[in-house]
Parts: sequence; C-alpha cells; structure tokens
Amino acid sequence: MPAVLLILPDIRADGTIDPTASELLSASRTITNGRSVAVFLPAEAATNDSEWQGLDLDVVYRVELPGLLEDYRSGIYDVITHAANEVVGRNGHQTVLLPKTDMGSIVGPRLAARLGGAHLADCVDLTLNNAGRIAATRPVHGGNALAIYEVEDDIPHTVSIRPGAFEPALARGDTRPTIEDVTLSNHSPSTPRADLLETVAEEVAGIPLEAAETVVAGGRGLGGPEPFEELRTLCHTLNAALGASRAACDAGWLDHSHQVGLTGKKISPKTYITFGISGASQHMAGCSSARNIIAVNKDRSANIFAHARFGVVGDWSKVLPAFMAACAELRDDD
Amino acid sequence: MLKIAACAKQVPDTEIPASQFVVDEDSVVVVPPPGVQPIVNGFDMNAVETALKIRDEGTECEITVFSIGTGFVMDVMKKPLAIGADNLVLVDDPATGDLDATGTALALQAAINAEGGADLILCGRQASDWDQAHVPLILGELMELPTVTLIRSIDIVGPDELRLERVTSDGYQVIASPMPALLTITNEAGEPRYANMRGIMAASRKQPKVYNLTDLRLADLTQRLKMTRLFVPETESEVEIIQGEDDADSGRLLALRMHDDGLI
Repeated sequence: MPAVLLILPDIRADGTIDPTASELLSASRTITNGRSVAVFLPAEAATNDSEWQGLDLDVVYRVELPGLLEDYRSGIYDVITHAANEVVGRNGHQTVLLPKTDMGSIVGPRLAARLGGAHLADCVDLTLNNAGRIAATRPVHGGNALAIYEVEDDIPHTVSIRPGAFEPALARGDTRPTIEDVTLSNHSPSTPRADLLETVAEEVAGIPLEAAETVVAGGRGLGGPEPFEELRTLCHTLNAALGASRAACDAGWLDHSHQVGLTGKKISPKTYITFGISGASQHMAGCSSARNIIAVNKDRSANIFAHARFGVVGDWSKVLPAFMAACAELRDDD
Repeated sequence: MLKIAACAKQVPDTEIPASQFVVDEDSVVVVPPPGVQPIVNGFDMNAVETALKIRDEGTECEITVFSIGTGFVMDVMKKPLAIGADNLVLVDDPATGDLDATGTALALQAAINAEGGADLILCGRQASDWDQAHVPLILGELMELPTVTLIRSIDIVGPDELRLERVTSDGYQVIASPMPALLTITNEAGEPRYANMRGIMAASRKQPKVYNLTDLRLADLTQRLKMTRLFVPETESEVEIIQGEDDADSGRLLALRMHDDGLI
C-alpha cells in the first residue's frame, strides 16, 4: 500500500536536511495510525546527509531534477512546487507535511492549489478525529485564539508545522527505509517566472537575536528613536541582543532586522527584558519561548504582564536609568 | 497605463487589548468588541502604499482595490481611496463567511478579470485575523502568474520587467520578475501615507463597484476546510510586581531581584 503521507523537509544552505524534518516526522505519527510515511529529498541532500537513515521512515524519494537543490535557497520555490506536485501525483499522497519555514510557507499553499486541495498554515497540533479526519490546531488572530480545522473527506491537503511545536522524533535502531529514485524531466513552466539575482546578508551590529541568552527590547511606549541608544548601552552591559516591537520598527526607530514577533524574529532567550512593549499577541508570538520575561510598562493592564515573571509598573524613563546603573554595578561586582 | 490590483481585507482592529478579544465558541466566530471599528489589514495598506509609490515614481497607473467579505464599513474600506487609490471593487456577500482560501482566491480572480485584469497584483503578506498567508499564493497559482512574497520594494526597470527586493530573515534578495506578476508586500515596504482633506473628500464621493458571488458565477463553491472549534487559550499570570519607593527605586530593585535569580 502506498504511503498516505508525504513529508517535505526544508534543506539548509549547506545542502543538509533542516532539523525541523524530525519534528515533521513526530507530527506525522499523530495522524498516520501506523500507516506508512514517505519523505521527499533532493538526491544530493539524501546522499550528503545520512541523518534520515536512522529515522523511522518507510519510503524515501530521492528526487533527481536539475535546479532542485538550488531552489531551496531561491525564495521563489518554483522547482520544488513542480517536483512535489509530480511526486504527489504519481503516488497519491493525501497529506503533505512541511515546516513553517520560508520554503514551507510558500510551497504549502501553491502545492495545495495545484492538487485542488486545501492548505493549513502554522499548525501546532494534529489529531485524528473519530471519523478518521485530520484535525489541525493553529493559532489565529495573532495568537489571541486557537482554531481547530478539519479537512473534508477526499480533499488533498498540505499542512505546515510551526517549528518547535513537536518534539523531534528519535532515531529508531536499525530500520532502513525503502529508497525510491525519482527522476523528473526538466521543469519547463508554461509561463515566464521570477528569478533570484542576488542574496544580500545585512550585517546586524551586536549579538544576533536568535542566539542571544539575554534580549533587551523596546516598543512604541519609548516614544522615539533616542531611548534605543540607552537600550544599546544596556545591551553592552548585559551582553544582550537588541530587539524591538513591530510598531517601533515601522516607526523607523530601529531597523526591521531587530523586529521580534509573528512577522519578525522568533527568539528564545533565557531573559527577555522589555521596556514600553504592551505585549500584543503578534509580539508574543515571537517571544513566547523566552524563559523569563521582564516587563516595564506604565499600564498595569498591558498584556505583557500576563506573560512576565517580574514586572515594574512605571515610567520607563525613570526606571531604565536606575536599572542600568544597578546592572552596571552588579556586573562589576561579579 | 499600468493596471494595479491591490487586494485588501477588512479585519478586526489589532490594537484592541487581548482582554477585549472574545469568541463565541458555539457559533465558532470572533465577537467584535462593541464600538471598535474594523481596519483594513495593515499589510494590505502597505500594498496600497507600494502601488502609490510606483505612481509617485512616474509610472502612469490605475490602482483598483479589491476586497472580498461582508458587513463592510465604508469609511474603513474607503481609506485606500482617501490616500490615492482610484477605484474600489467589493465582492459583498454573506456567503463569503464560509469561503475557504481557495474560494476567496477564486472570488478575487473573478472580480479582477471582470474589471479587465491587472498587470500587477499586490497583496499584503498575510491577514492579521487568520494569519494563513495563503490566499495570494493560491491566487497566483489560479492565475498562473509569477508569485513572489515578502516584497519591500518594486522597481519597474523595463517594459514588463520588475526588479524586486524580498525580505529574508537576515537581509534581502534581489529578484527579477516579468509582468504580469503577483507580489505580497511586507511592512518593511513602509507605512501608508496619511490621507489629506482633499483625498478624504474625493473618496467620500466615490462609490464602490459591488459584486456578489452569484454575479461572479461562484455561488456553489466546494468547502474544503471547516473550522470546527475556536477558543481563547487560558493563560495564568504569575507576575511578581516589583514596587519601590518611586520608579527609579523600582528599577534598582528589579535589577537586584533579577540578579538574585541569576537572570542577569
């Protein structure tokens, strides 16, 4: 019996399989009921990266198509969409799981459209209901609510899974998946397509947000760009990265590379210290895995306090200088 | 004349505090807070602004805003007109509440085609209500257009040739695309301009063109997905409020408390 479910992992710039792949495998186990699972890998990635060999998989499609591997870094993903559509068409998979990375966010809906099916984005939980239908839970309204969707019978569907929502599946002893080589003919689209000309990495001064143990961030409550200079000094003292809410970035006070939130960076520091951030759910979606949130805000009813471990209700312009001075002293003593 | 279609959705105001966000679990709908107007989805306003910038840079264009929904608040939906868009086309139908993303994309396609097509379709990167970010991509597939997401700037470099900047997690990509094309616009494109009095007056005189799903021959769409539950997850606040003699003292005590707990 052919596998009902196809996993379409992301591939990193170095050609290896993105670690979210094993989270997708965990997610798949909640809905397959023991039925088999297939994985789609560009042939080069399957050869270079042997990680998948230890995973509890049934079938690996080793897909050969010129330009496929490069397409994972294109930002456009035409070749992947084409190849995945071919593989699903040949094997009749009803469910395709992708990570909610840039690739998955784009290939998921496009593939669903080609299959005449449906797409579910950014899911955090999957179950099978009594009727054997897939029910997917996803945060909606910027994280204010959770919604559960069910897919109608016989509708093919693509599901993107939020990174970190599922534990990685552990390698299982000595199972070896069946390897199927799939050679596809050249992708020749009927319509003209977009092309990547250049990828530019923008240097971010200081510590990268995603890797920082401590993040200091400011929001609209700071009222202008100048206070961020003080936050920079605090970052220096605490060896922290500088973040900001979308409102502060949209106002031009800080570059968007500092934006934390649903459409910005997702951070998971040990300590997240916020000044003048109200904690709108869009913002919290970017920092909900911070272990200790510290809130300084003049409005006691601000949502950020509901998520904080420590809080000060007060005027940041009075709190911050004293906080900075105390931090500097404590650091000197350590 | 370049024809630009900007897709815009009416959504609940994202500035309302989380405490005012209420759902009716029985009917599986969000209950709008009383007295709070909806807004045009923020990213869609970024898309309208991007269209206006193309005009500012000297390309003659006709900018038409398309929206699918029902219960439109006209003062809200005319905001794009007030800042300079030319036309507003609404697909206003109570049945749009049951449309899934494919249904919405089909309605947009039908409305855009009914208005003579478009050279450039601009959409916000995602809507702030359901956050799926998939309608533009499905629309691009239906219309067989090159589709590029997360665009912060558009340069028209030749006849039917675009140079795009696409935001990535650590910088940007430069992408060449032919026209017609569909692009999704991100907030990095810049905030929408303010409406001036003349714009507001002009918008108030304009009437939207209104279709319903029957007009577009879309009365019997298959529903592929169904939302079966909607609920607000419980969060338990365990915040310890640090209160000193004044704000400065609170700041000092906060640092000490954090230091005691090994947080700094």
